[in-house]
Amino acid sequence: MELTSTVFTAKAIYVGVIFAITLGVAAYSTYFERIFAAFFQDRVGPDRAGPFGILQPLADAVKMFMKEDFIPANSSKWLFILGPCLSMFTALMTSAVIPFGDTIDLGNGVKFDLQGIDVNIGILWVFGIVSLGVYGILVGGWASNNKYSLLGAIRAASQNISYELAMGLSIISILMMTGSLSTKAIVEAQQNGHWNILYQPVGFILFIICAFAECNRTPFDLPECETELIGGYHTEYSSMKLGFYLFAEYINMFVSGAVMATLYFGGYDYPFYETVVNSFGENVANLIGFGALIGKALFFVFVFMWVRWTLPRFRYDQLMNLGWTGLIPIAMFNVVWTGLIILLPAEFNLSSWASIGVAIAGIPVLIVGLFIYHSIAGGKKKKTALAR
Amino acid sequence: MLSEFGYILLFIITAIVFTAVILFVAKLLRPNRPNVEKLTTYESGEEPDGNANVRFNIRFYVIALLFVLFDLELVFLFPWATVFGNETLNNSTDGLWGWFAIVEMFIFVGILILGLAYAWIKGHLDWVRPEVQEPQFKSPVPISKYEAINKKYS
Repeated sequence: MELTSTVFTAKAIYVGVIFAITLGVAAYSTYFERIFAAFFQDRVGPDRAGPFGILQPLADAVKMFMKEDFIPANSSKWLFILGPCLSMFTALMTSAVIPFGDTIDLGNGVKFDLQGIDVNIGILWVFGIVSLGVYGILVGGWASNNKYSLLGAIRAASQNISYELAMGLSIISILMMTGSLSTKAIVEAQQNGHWNILYQPVGFILFIICAFAECNRTPFDLPECETELIGGYHTEYSSMKLGFYLFAEYINMFVSGAVMATLYFGGYDYPFYETVVNSFGENVANLIGFGALIGKALFFVFVFMWVRWTLPRFRYDQLMNLGWTGLIPIAMFNVVWTGLIILLPAEFNLSSWASIGVAIAGIPVLIVGLFIYHSIAGGKKKKTALAR
Repeated sequence: MLSEFGYILLFIITAIVFTAVILFVAKLLRPNRPNVEKLTTYESGEEPDGNANVRFNIRFYVIALLFVLFDLELVFLFPWATVFGNETLNNSTDGLWGWFAIVEMFIFVGILILGLAYAWIKGHLDWVRPEVQEPQFKSPVPISKYEAINKKYS
């Protein structure tokens, strides 16, 4: 009983810490987003609240709390409140299954897992909660009873479900490599530098594109595209409810960065792990692993911001074409090629280097295939265009 | 002892409490002085024109239908992916299991790809775009003049 309550208390504290980390990172992503935006556009950025403006997120939070919040008379009141709550809720739930680190020895033989929940359906949990995330936007946009909101919400729903397919297919390639749905097992299969990015370069590119689309970030931010839709699904929102929507986006960015690190970049694995264990003990080594995962996730958050100021927004039909006729066929090709990556070296008793070779050979095959397709289909398109 | 799914409940409760508390605190802090103008629907500063539950592009429904089809495919692929590289199955069948599984899945995915190709060729994936109407107006200024200006200032 004593042991159970210790583990329970530790878990409860851990849940709080995970929430604090995700929220803190999300809050400071808003600050760094502005800093990076300022850097890319050669201006100063936030510099008034505190030294270098580092209190800006706090100032924003105070503003979110203090602003008046009105619910339009034509809207469905409860759904209007439910929308942002659902968005925030789903964003917070995803981090539960991410293995932030290996076990920590608490003394007295109590081992503590640096993972919220180690369920055997870990990646399905992420996938399912991310799919639920679209309800927050859809409910909020529909309940506003505003044409811009409705259009933004429908766009968001349509875009999310389209990119979910390619995302699911790229996750399936990972599952084929590991043979388990547990995020912990996926990370443990990648220890000692056998990161999945080496075996799944195409899958990673697919996954990162779909992550951008699922987070509604530029170049896929059509649901809130200002030039066409005012504010998109959150046109009618103000105060804390708007804050929930914006915050959920930043939490999603951090969590998808952590998921990418978990699936493709070895999770909490880092080079020279053995050396650190020998000289400082396992606890220190595992805590550094925790830091390594956060570092990888933050790097992906940076990539999200970097892309935002590099690529312009898609047109809606281009977005749908990319999702359905680009990413899904490539993802299916990747699933089949992953089968070859696993089976061919096993058939001829080759080392893991052969798997990496087969994986990299997939890229030229894919490019040649796309080129052949383009020369057939692209020629047709040109002809029809000329005929008109 | 809570099972792992018990901790999921802990997570869910914490998340719900967190959102509820934040909304409640915000409600206590913020002013609330609504008036008719504030409560109207925003429509670029104009008087709102009717309800927002209007008709929208039919393609969204088609995309949703196609999504259901392919999501079901994904559901079938998940259990397949977990047993595909299974060592015991592979060893007991002398490596034949993997090839059998991949050929089987190739047939399954192939049929679905045919479905996607059908929808693609039939044009269900092409977005309906507004037809650009060519202006009937004939300008008295010849086009070559405009081109000369463009050339000069480009």
